[in-house]
Amino acid sequence: MRLSTRHILSINDLTKKDVLTILQTASSFKEISERPIKKVPTLRGRTVINCFFEDSTRTRLSFELAEKRLSADSSNIGKSGSAMAGKGETLLDTVRNIEAMRPDILVIRHSVAGAPAQAAEATNAHVINAGDGMHEHPTQALLDLMTINEAKGRIKGLKVGIVGDILHSRVARSDMLLFRKMGMELFVGGPPTLIPFGVEEAFGVTVCHDIGEVLPKLDVLMLLRVQRERQGEQFFPSGREYARYFGITDEKLKGAREDLIIMHPGPVNRGIELSAAVADGPRSVILDQVTCGVAVRMAVLYLLLGDTHGGE
Amino acid sequence: MADSKGKPLLSEKEMESEITRMAREIISDGTENVALLGIITRGVPLADWIARKIESIQHKPVEVGSLDINLYRDDLSEVSEQPVVRPTEIPFAIDGKGIVLVDDVLYTGRTIRAAMDAIIDFGRPRFVKLAVVIDRGWRELPIQADYVGKKIKTTADQNVKVMVKPIDDRNEIWVKRQK
Repeated sequence: MRLSTRHILSINDLTKKDVLTILQTASSFKEISERPIKKVPTLRGRTVINCFFEDSTRTRLSFELAEKRLSADSSNIGKSGSAMAGKGETLLDTVRNIEAMRPDILVIRHSVAGAPAQAAEATNAHVINAGDGMHEHPTQALLDLMTINEAKGRIKGLKVGIVGDILHSRVARSDMLLFRKMGMELFVGGPPTLIPFGVEEAFGVTVCHDIGEVLPKLDVLMLLRVQRERQGEQFFPSGREYARYFGITDEKLKGAREDLIIMHPGPVNRGIELSAAVADGPRSVILDQVTCGVAVRMAVLYLLLGDTHGGE
Repeated sequence: MADSKGKPLLSEKEMESEITRMAREIISDGTENVALLGIITRGVPLADWIARKIESIQHKPVEVGSLDINLYRDDLSEVSEQPVVRPTEIPFAIDGKGIVLVDDVLYTGRTIRAAMDAIIDFGRPRFVKLAVVIDRGWRELPIQADYVGKKIKTTADQNVKVMVKPIDDRNEIWVKRQK
């Protein structure tokens, strides 16, 4: 069992079969995190470097735990204290230096779109994109898909709404690519200023500025974080106004299907994207997403390292 | 010895009588606080089979689980593709329990080494014993079975194929020359 790709830089690198292989492997790995001794020796002696040139808590912790639970040796380099930020070293020089220490996998998060792809050119290691600028965050999309599959027991034909800042969201981009690839029907909504021009043609989704119109037929509703650090508030007047028109409350969910699930990639702005009652309510699978995240990353690490002889 | 033409090494009826004997041996060693653990894939239906026998003889069930050993293999750096990992299901606490590992064929012993490592990661069993339907020799590690269906002599180019329902369409064991 192996993936058709050496790197996971974009959802486009994965075939449908790859995606199913990852889901199947991840669901087997999930059990390891439930054991009293949460470790298997599978990746003993393999080296993984987590390069988080942009802040991250959840994703980085998730990758680190996935690596440790598979017994890989992992090290971290971050934004602060790295020669890159402070001393003017370029990304390529940094990657070449890491390459000289013979890592097996680089996990890279960077504020510039395409940085992991560029790094992949300069290393023999496998590269996993852990979020690059406004481009993609493929492992997040995979864990979202796994969460949906576990909650619904199926994937194909499901109707999914994605609401929020589609424009800046790499999660939305990866989700749209992956969910469409797997045969789901997609509706996106949010402030018109945050819906990218041409998204319908580019991603095969339907734009609806009032998600209430399609809410009754949705199986999944994914809310995206209002990214205050990326955009200030020039795209909509205020958090209160956003909450009023796009925030999800129990009141707005009255017409929804009984089995609609609510997702959010985190961190949640309570009272803006969704009310506390919805975030903590029975429809919410937000914490299941986090649990699936570790399993999906274990699966991806395991499957990439199956290709031990340097690819084709 | 092996017949590569028309006849299986063990028919379903012969398998049944070996399984019954193994069940009796396990019972006579004591089944109090003892569980069977089948190694995925064919160890699992064989463990179920032995467990059914044990229950029908002593009128008391034994617990059964399944164990995937792929994450513990010693050849992961040598195989060109990662093996498919299936979920391990152990519906009981390992600590203090007697474990009888069940597998179809005992050969190099490396699978059993991996299985023992896997079990230890779940806790500290009172003991670990091994039940196999076929012992074909050629050990590469100091491992022996406690309960053996049939011990046979084989050559390295032979393949011992245990077929067991519901994974296969019948219960039969064949020894064939590899093509």
